[in-house]
Amino acid sequence: MTDSGLIAMVSIFTAGLTIAIGSIGPAFGEARAVAQALSSIAQQPDEAPTITRTLFVGLAMIESTAIYCFVVTMILIFANPFWDHAIQTVGK
Amino acid sequence: MNISPDNIILIQFGVVKISATLLFTWIVMVFLVTGSYLITRYLSSDVEIARGQNLLEILVSGLRSQIRDVSQQEADPFLPFIGTLFIFILTANLLSVIPGFQSPTASLSTTTALAICVFVAVPVFGVGDRGWLDYLKQYTKPTIFMLPFTVLGEFSRTLALAVRLYGNMMSGSVIAAILLGFTPLFFPVVMQLFGLLTGTIQAYIFSILAMVYIASATTAHQQVANKFSRSPNKGGN
Repeated sequence: MTDSGLIAMVSIFTAGLTIAIGSIGPAFGEARAVAQALSSIAQQPDEAPTITRTLFVGLAMIESTAIYCFVVTMILIFANPFWDHAIQTVGK
Repeated sequence: MNISPDNIILIQFGVVKISATLLFTWIVMVFLVTGSYLITRYLSSDVEIARGQNLLEILVSGLRSQIRDVSQQEADPFLPFIGTLFIFILTANLLSVIPGFQSPTASLSTTTALAICVFVAVPVFGVGDRGWLDYLKQYTKPTIFMLPFTVLGEFSRTLALAVRLYGNMMSGSVIAAILLGFTPLFFPVVMQLFGLLTGTIQAYIFSILAMVYIASATTAHQQVANKFSRSPNKGGN
C-alpha cells in the first residue's frame, strides 16, 4: 500500500473513532446535568431563571470537550497536514 | 471543501489579502452601525414608541439584567463590552441563514480575536476595580503552589472560548453542506433552523462566560462568599 493510501486510511479511521468516543462522555455528562436541573426546577420553580442560566453555562463547559473532538475530526478529514505533505512528496 | 472562510481570498493587494471573513465582518459591522443609527435618530420618551426603539430597549434592558444577575454588581461598567460581544456574535450567527453569507464566527481567526479581547479585558477590569497588588494576589490563592495552574487556566479558558464558538458555528455550516449531498431540499432546512437556535445560545454563552470571568476578577473572595451564602436574587426575565 502506498504512503498516501495508508495516511488516508488511518486518518479517516481515526476521525470516526475520535468523534465516536469523544461524544460519548459529554453526552452522558450533559444528560446527567439536564436531568438534575429539571428535577431542581420541579422542586423550586421560583429559581428557574438562575438554574437555567447556570445550566446553559455548565452545558457549554461540558460540551466543549465534544467540540474539541469534532474540530480534531474536521482537521483530520478536511485539513490534514500529513495528507498535504504526502501529496506534495508524491508530486515531486 | 473549505472549513474556514479564511481560505476564500476575494481581493489581494500585495501582502494584504481581503478574505471572506474580513468582508463579512465588515458587512456585519456596517449592518449594526447603520441599523443603530437609523433607529436611535428619532428616540422618543412618548407612550407610543417606534418598533426599532422597542427592540433596542428590550435588548439593552435584558443585557443589563443578565449582567446584574451574573456579576451581582452594577451593570454599567460592563455593559459596553459584554453588550458589544453579544450583539456582534448574535448578528453574525443569525445572518448565516442568508444564502451566500459566510458567518465570520465560523472562522477561527474571528473567534480567537474575540477571545483575546476577553483575555485582555479580565485584567483590565480586575486591576481597575481592585488595584494591581490585590488583583495579582488572587493568582496565589488558595496557596502559592497553585500559581502555575491558575495562570495556565487563564490561557486554557481563552482557548476554550475561541474553539467552542468556532466549533459550534463551523459544525452548523459543515453539517448542512454534508447533508445537502445526500438528503437535499428538506433536511438541511431543518438543520439551518436548528443552527439559529445554536447561534443564539452560543452568543449568549460567550457573553455570559466573558461576564463570569470578568466578575470573578473584579469581586474580592469574601464578597463572593457573602453573596453566595445569601439566597440569590431572582433572575430578570
